[in-house]
Amino acid sequence: MGKILLEVRELTTKYVTRFREDVYAVDHVSLQVEEGKALGIAGESGCGKSTLALSLMGYYFAPLHYISGDIIVDGRNITGMDPDTVRKAVLGRDVAYIPQAAMNALNPTQKVINFIEDVIKVHDLGADKKEIYERARILFETVGLPESVLHKYPVELSGGMKQRTVIAIAVLLSPKVLIADEPSSALDVTSQKMVIKMLMRLMEDGLIGSLIFITHELPLLYNVTDDIMVMYAGQIVEKGTAREIVFDPLHPYAKGLMGSIIVPEEGVRDVKLTAIPGAPPNLKKPPSGCRFAERCKYVQPLCKVTSVGFKELDNGRTYRCIFSEAELREAYQNG
Amino acid sequence: MAEEKQVCLSGKGLTKVFGFGRQRTLAVDHVDFSFYEGEIVSIVGESGSGKTTLAKMLLGLINPTEGEIAFQGQVRDISSQKKRKEYWKNIQAIFQDPFSSYNIFNKIDAVLLDCIHMRGGRNLPHEKKVELMTEACGFVNLKFAELTNKYPFELSGGQMQRLMIARIFLLKPKVLLADEPTSMIDACSRATILDMLMDLRREIGMTLIFITHDIGLAYFVSDSVYIMEHGKIVEHGSADEVILNPKEVYTRRLINDVPKIYEEWDLSTV
Amino acid sequence: MKHTLQQVFHSGKFVIGFVIFVALMLIVIIYPLIITDAPLTIIAQGTFFKPGIYVNVYDSMNAPKYTLLLEDADAKRIASRLTPEDRQAMKEWLIAIGIPDNAIDIEDTAQLLGLWETHFDPKMQIAGMTNAKRNYYIRLNTSLEGLLATEGAIIAAKNADTGALEEKGNVGQSEFVNVTQVANVRVLPLGTDNFGRDVLTQLVTATRVSLQIGFIAGLIATLVGLTLGLLAGYVGGWVDDIIMFVTNLFTVIPGFVLLILISFSIGQERRGATTVAVVIGFTSWVWTTRAVRAQVISLRNRDHVNLSKLSGHSLVHIILNDILPYIASYVVMAMILQISSGILAEAGLSILGLGPRTTDVPTLGLMMNWAMIYQAHVLGKWWAYLPVLITIALITFSMNLMNTGLDQVFNPALRD
Ligand SMILES: Nc1ncnc2c1ncn2[C@@H]1O[C@H](COP(=O)(O)OP(=O)(O)OP(=O)(O)O)[C@@H](O)[C@H]1O
Ligand SMILES: Nc1ncnc2c1ncn2[C@@H]1O[C@H](COP(=O)(O)OP(=O)(O)OP(=O)(O)O)[C@@H](O)[C@H]1O
Ligand SMILES: [Mg+2]
Ligand SMILES: [Mg+2]
Repeated sequence: MGKILLEVRELTTKYVTRFREDVYAVDHVSLQVEEGKALGIAGESGCGKSTLALSLMGYYFAPLHYISGDIIVDGRNITGMDPDTVRKAVLGRDVAYIPQAAMNALNPTQKVINFIEDVIKVHDLGADKKEIYERARILFETVGLPESVLHKYPVELSGGMKQRTVIAIAVLLSPKVLIADEPSSALDVTSQKMVIKMLMRLMEDGLIGSLIFITHELPLLYNVTDDIMVMYAGQIVEKGTAREIVFDPLHPYAKGLMGSIIVPEEGVRDVKLTAIPGAPPNLKKPPSGCRFAERCKYVQPLCKVTSVGFKELDNGRTYRCIFSEAELREAYQNG
Repeated sequence: MAEEKQVCLSGKGLTKVFGFGRQRTLAVDHVDFSFYEGEIVSIVGESGSGKTTLAKMLLGLINPTEGEIAFQGQVRDISSQKKRKEYWKNIQAIFQDPFSSYNIFNKIDAVLLDCIHMRGGRNLPHEKKVELMTEACGFVNLKFAELTNKYPFELSGGQMQRLMIARIFLLKPKVLLADEPTSMIDACSRATILDMLMDLRREIGMTLIFITHDIGLAYFVSDSVYIMEHGKIVEHGSADEVILNPKEVYTRRLINDVPKIYEEWDLSTV
Repeated sequence: MKHTLQQVFHSGKFVIGFVIFVALMLIVIIYPLIITDAPLTIIAQGTFFKPGIYVNVYDSMNAPKYTLLLEDADAKRIASRLTPEDRQAMKEWLIAIGIPDNAIDIEDTAQLLGLWETHFDPKMQIAGMTNAKRNYYIRLNTSLEGLLATEGAIIAAKNADTGALEEKGNVGQSEFVNVTQVANVRVLPLGTDNFGRDVLTQLVTATRVSLQIGFIAGLIATLVGLTLGLLAGYVGGWVDDIIMFVTNLFTVIPGFVLLILISFSIGQERRGATTVAVVIGFTSWVWTTRAVRAQVISLRNRDHVNLSKLSGHSLVHIILNDILPYIASYVVMAMILQISSGILAEAGLSILGLGPRTTDVPTLGLMMNWAMIYQAHVLGKWWAYLPVLITIALITFSMNLMNTGLDQVFNPALRD
């Protein structure tokens, strides 16, 4: 087992809306990321993936609030640290974050090289313009971006190019953990592949220690990550290796996700897609029992009342359901 | 086989140029095609290959620079608002981004009422209209009673896209152009949307033109596939033909680029 | 949309601007109900009376008298007549006639006056003293006479038969009248102007008229700008070309220059406040047109507009239903700015003497113009122009605050 770069224990955070309502978007989430490994987070829109990513950085600002739990980055607990220290000393160096749709948020009046200068300035690295340029050039070369991109404005770059530039800027300080929130969802398949290739390359070259990859596309997660966590309504419902989650999901929700996979391979045309009916619960008033109970095919009266804990299998795989592994497998067999 | 089928929508030498001088882009470049009645056609290509531009020309929302479009064997004439309205009774669309497809100042009822009016139901009694809308919402698994008096932004992306399908259900056009209807919503709702589109097509027997950059999706839904590259159609044929035995390098690349789970996803090819 | 309204009042900036604006409006509405004078009546003989409370002297003689024994009454009275400069001047005179320097203490009023009374002689010629200086001392002496006297002033009336003066009454030094019992008291909080007109009454009316001018100008500019912008942006093609050609013409000729030329050619006599407002409105729609056009162009390719087209809606329906609501907030903001710049434009014109004719109503600009012509600023008569400036500043400030407040609400990117 490699060194653990990021460990999160029972992290809970909430949003406070304008109308003073609490939205518990991350509820007792625990996870571990090992050096050289990629962790995937899957789940449908609104389940709290982006909120989890934001919470992992330990830097909270309204409307997001920290409630409880620990975040340990490379042996250092950052939850008690003062926000300014976190921003200066942790963000970008230890944990780097690429927000969803970051590529569309680039300031259109700045050139790419200016963004890089900004990053260096924020972290007080005190390098002069020439040094910064040299550093950026080498980085761009390693990640396979042409040097000319440095002198361009965001609008002059295509979607895929922009996204790769954003990633390059994020890994400027060789972070131990890179959190990428849906970095390829807005791109076409070709650009998506280039982005993925770049991320893999960054891992291989050791420019990032480990990767947390967020998307709702299971086939993509399967190809990129080692482990996958499935999230539902603010909670983790299943955790396992990518292969296990994709080919042998245990939790009924993960099973449902599997039913929506489409790949251009023979035989796919005959598969009937299974959609999960209904909508996820409102996170302002989450149900007290299993959060998936409303939509679950195999729901029992008990599911709606008792809160469900994790069950752990021998191989370390965990899931959150009242049924045992054998019961679930049998239910799936019978359809 | 093609002889038995009626051509529904066809184009000859269709071209669209945007801008001029240094800004000039040839978005669609002399494409020819014939879509048959009742068929599901996919148009596949990477970003910027001209899919949306082609769709907008078919819809009559922008004028072709060159070439002509024929609808049901006759050259299309949409020179006046009246003729356009008539044409739009036959051809409708679902757009990529559900969040920007709705006028956020109008209630959801207005969207569906518009469709009833367009089908000549302006003078129906109110109860009858409600009945129609309820039926349409029921078709896409939404409850009209819960939606009425709501604004579109109070729905999730998936729900909005389903409402778009309900709209088509009411309009019953001959041709439906779906421009990446699932690319902005998450994978979980995607299956629902696709299912509903297929059901709808069966229900009202329309021609479905499905635009996507995901060739896997195209293979999953369609009978025939058109591959677009830089405004040109580079390959077309039945779905099995094109995807299982691609002739063009470009097609092969598109197939390669989709993440797989049963086969190796070869990252070295980009 | 109820939320938006809530949000608007959550924005501190908007609320401050709104409160200032409402306060101004309230003053403009309520003040004329209390002070019913016509704003341009001349009430004062003479120019630039200081702000203050004017008590009728004649009426106060007849008002009931009360004796108040106030310790500092004498001191205040003397102080109001004997300024430190006067004391210094007295000392100089006394030294000049040979009184030793150390015998004179200018702080000791009684001693100073005593010395003065015994030694001052208006006829005495002092070497090196100018005539003007001597006259000053004579004037000073007259005003000092009886300053320390304790008897009051006698009121005398001429007997109609004999023509002799007869004592009618005596006003003691510690007698007071109650202001509320004096028949005629006039408060002039901002004094009078060069023509002798009450500045505050004028200012309130002027504010009203200027706001009206601003509203009319803003409304016209916004309506014209909006219509042209919508047409140019949505219809496009040759309509756009023509409108943009006109707009560009107006852009290269600065609006204010055009305004000056038009105002000048209309002629002073035919320039009422409304005419000026209309002229301002028709010269300032240009940038609303440009802004609206740009917004519409970015909207017209939106999917909801396409969908509306596919639903068979007409051009007018689409513009009114699918375009206008999206830019409505923007247009409201533009209109607020147009109103405040309309007010400024009127002020600018009037200062140049090209404002509305001067005989009907005052405007803020006209008041500035009058104050300038009669050199209030040189003479230090601040009350004739400073309140006007402050009012103009308050109006534009409050409108701009409301504008940025709205901006924060409508444009989430600026929200903090
Ligand atoms: N600023 C906010 N204030 C209040 N609630 C919020 C806020 N941002 C997000 N939420 C709520 O928190 C929940 C989780 O949102 P989050 O953006 O983390 O979801 P997600 O899984 O990233 O979804 P997506 O796939 O659409 O990006 C949602 O129910 C959302 O409504
Ligand atoms: N209104 C326009 N004015 C100028 N150029 C345009 C316009 N619309 C599209 N283009 C250009 O035409 C080309 C084709 O665009 P189009 O939107 O049809 O591509 P697409 O295949 O739909 O791509 P995507 O997958 O990104 O939606 C692009 O290069 C685009 O920049
Ligand atoms: Mg997200
Ligand atoms: Mg497109």
